[in-house]
Amino acid sequence: MAKINMVQAINLALDEMMAEDETVVILGEDVGVDGGVFRVTEGLHAKYGEARVIDTPLAESAIIGTAIGMAMGGLKPVGEMQFSGFSYLMIPQLEGHGSRMRARTQGQFTVPMVMRLPFGGGVRALEHHSESREVFYAHMPGTKVVIPSGPRNARALLRAAILDPDPVVFMEPKRSYRAFKEEVPEKPETMEIGKCQVVQQGNDITVVSWGAMMHTTKKAVAEIEKARGASIELVDLLTVAPMDSDTICESVRKTGRLAIVQEAPRSFGPASEIIACVNDKALMYLEAPAKRVTGFDVATPYFGRELQYMPTVGRARRGIEEALDF
Amino acid sequence: MPLKDLETWKVSYLQILDEDGNVDADLDPKFKKAELLDMYRAMLWGRVTDERMLKLQRQGRIGTFGPSTGQEASQIGTMYWAGEKDWFVGAFREHAARLHRGESLIRQLLYYNGWEEGNHNDANTNPRNLPISVIVGAQPLHAVGLAYASRLKGEKDVCALTYMGDGATSEGDVHEALNYASTWKLPVIFVVQNNQWAISIPRSKQMHSRTIAQKAIAYDMPGVQVDGNDVLAVSVATREALDRARKGEGPTLIECVTYRLMMHTTADDQYKYRSKEEEDVWWKRDPLVRFRKYLTTKKWWSDVQEDAQQEEFKAEMDRQITEFEAMTEFKMDAPFDHVYGTTHAVIEQQRAEYLAELAKEADHG
Repeated sequence: MAKINMVQAINLALDEMMAEDETVVILGEDVGVDGGVFRVTEGLHAKYGEARVIDTPLAESAIIGTAIGMAMGGLKPVGEMQFSGFSYLMIPQLEGHGSRMRARTQGQFTVPMVMRLPFGGGVRALEHHSESREVFYAHMPGTKVVIPSGPRNARALLRAAILDPDPVVFMEPKRSYRAFKEEVPEKPETMEIGKCQVVQQGNDITVVSWGAMMHTTKKAVAEIEKARGASIELVDLLTVAPMDSDTICESVRKTGRLAIVQEAPRSFGPASEIIACVNDKALMYLEAPAKRVTGFDVATPYFGRELQYMPTVGRARRGIEEALDF
Repeated sequence: MPLKDLETWKVSYLQILDEDGNVDADLDPKFKKAELLDMYRAMLWGRVTDERMLKLQRQGRIGTFGPSTGQEASQIGTMYWAGEKDWFVGAFREHAARLHRGESLIRQLLYYNGWEEGNHNDANTNPRNLPISVIVGAQPLHAVGLAYASRLKGEKDVCALTYMGDGATSEGDVHEALNYASTWKLPVIFVVQNNQWAISIPRSKQMHSRTIAQKAIAYDMPGVQVDGNDVLAVSVATREALDRARKGEGPTLIECVTYRLMMHTTADDQYKYRSKEEEDVWWKRDPLVRFRKYLTTKKWWSDVQEDAQQEEFKAEMDRQITEFEAMTEFKMDAPFDHVYGTTHAVIEQQRAEYLAELAKEADHG
């Protein structure tokens, strides 16, 4: 298949699932006739009709609350929060019901549902359009949080998310939506949710990242390899919750060093959880303190300052080298 | 001054059976004797179990419990007419309705004694009963989604009945649900049990609106206020709403004016914020008393039958309570079984740690 970008890849996964399974429905603000503000659902309304590609009234809690009902009623809803900054209105429904319906009823009622959230900075957007708040959702037992980093894994993971028996918050790094293209296979593929991916083997340090930061981190890693011939193991987290700490710990046992590049604010972020897991399972293998390269604990700045707020290639490189040189 | 009236509205009130058990002959729906007796028994079963559970709570045999006493007509008058395939999307004060849909008393006792097993419908329960929803006003949106799912899947004539209180009508989610259901013309029946109190907040402090039924007007859906202690009025309104919904004519809001005769929950003392005199006024409007009078006048029910029914119910309650109290073995790691539908190392590692710690706790004495 031709090379496609992440928007096209997500659209492809939605199209494939809707064609295969008539219980798959899409709902959200402007997802129908308009094809979504990022054009992720473009063409699906015309192809599958307004009953399955639903333009909802403007109410985020209702989008997820309705999706929870739909899921319990035998549909596989894929809801879109127009921007993750508007998604906090879905927290009461997700925490109160979506995440725990399986536990509440001991498996009798379940909520196989996907909520898609375009998130993250770097696209010169207005206030509330640039945050990275994956931990809000990662802290809800019962919910899975998945973050793709490129077109191919976005398509495979979204397919897996729709097929998954649980609520999945699928966070799409909008900086990567159209940033680059990748070859995707002709036939649909899935990736296992709850597993990170070692995208590059190495022996000197383990570097973990996810989402748009994966792209930044790859550039930093390439620079370091070129500059000093270091052998770097690069891990794409892909699923924030439930976290696959075993794969990361196994890598750290091999390399003895760890750096994490995270767009979100530092405190209580996924990087902190990764380090805590290494502390539990692989501390004695560390030859240097684990390094966090992150956003800061400040309100995400307007776009005049956002590129200085987010980890840059330079910041990522310096952080990784600090851990290498300790 | 406006140039012209765009719309004028009215809000209707329905009562058929008055406080003394007299029926309005013009409005009498003339239900079959068997139907009326079924409804009466269901209301009575709701009442006697409610009273017994309050006693069990006071004896420390179950935990915190929110009684339904006084609201049986609102619950049975609606739920009795629901079909097997209709969804029941309740809040937390629909004790009588839940039992009527086949939930055993044991399930309720388990729930109120802190076991999720109480939410797991057993073989006798309608599988379309959703569990108790504690968060006020969240569940009507689930009804919207369920109704949408049933319609899209081509299930014929399926409706969703969702319950909430007067307090819930202040919640945003309830209005979002009304708007979605109306915009999409979904077969949803919104049953508001207006029992006058949301814990300590009287209806007058909850809203300026004179009725809750009128809130339907904003969503261009039928809304009606009924005497919620009159099972005939509630039934008539519900049957009309169900008929409309099944014909594809969309949702209805039914405001049942009733009264929470007991405390909010057993953790609450209602005399801190309301008087015994106020309660006495409503005890005179007891939905069971007037319905029994009506049935007795018709000679369809007698004191002898009442006594026999009470005895039968007492024996059944005793049997189920004995069975419930004999249940002492619970799978303590069940919560780990139901986090996800898939297996993950992080959960299994924590399960192992939890079980190991439990074993050590046992040793610790």
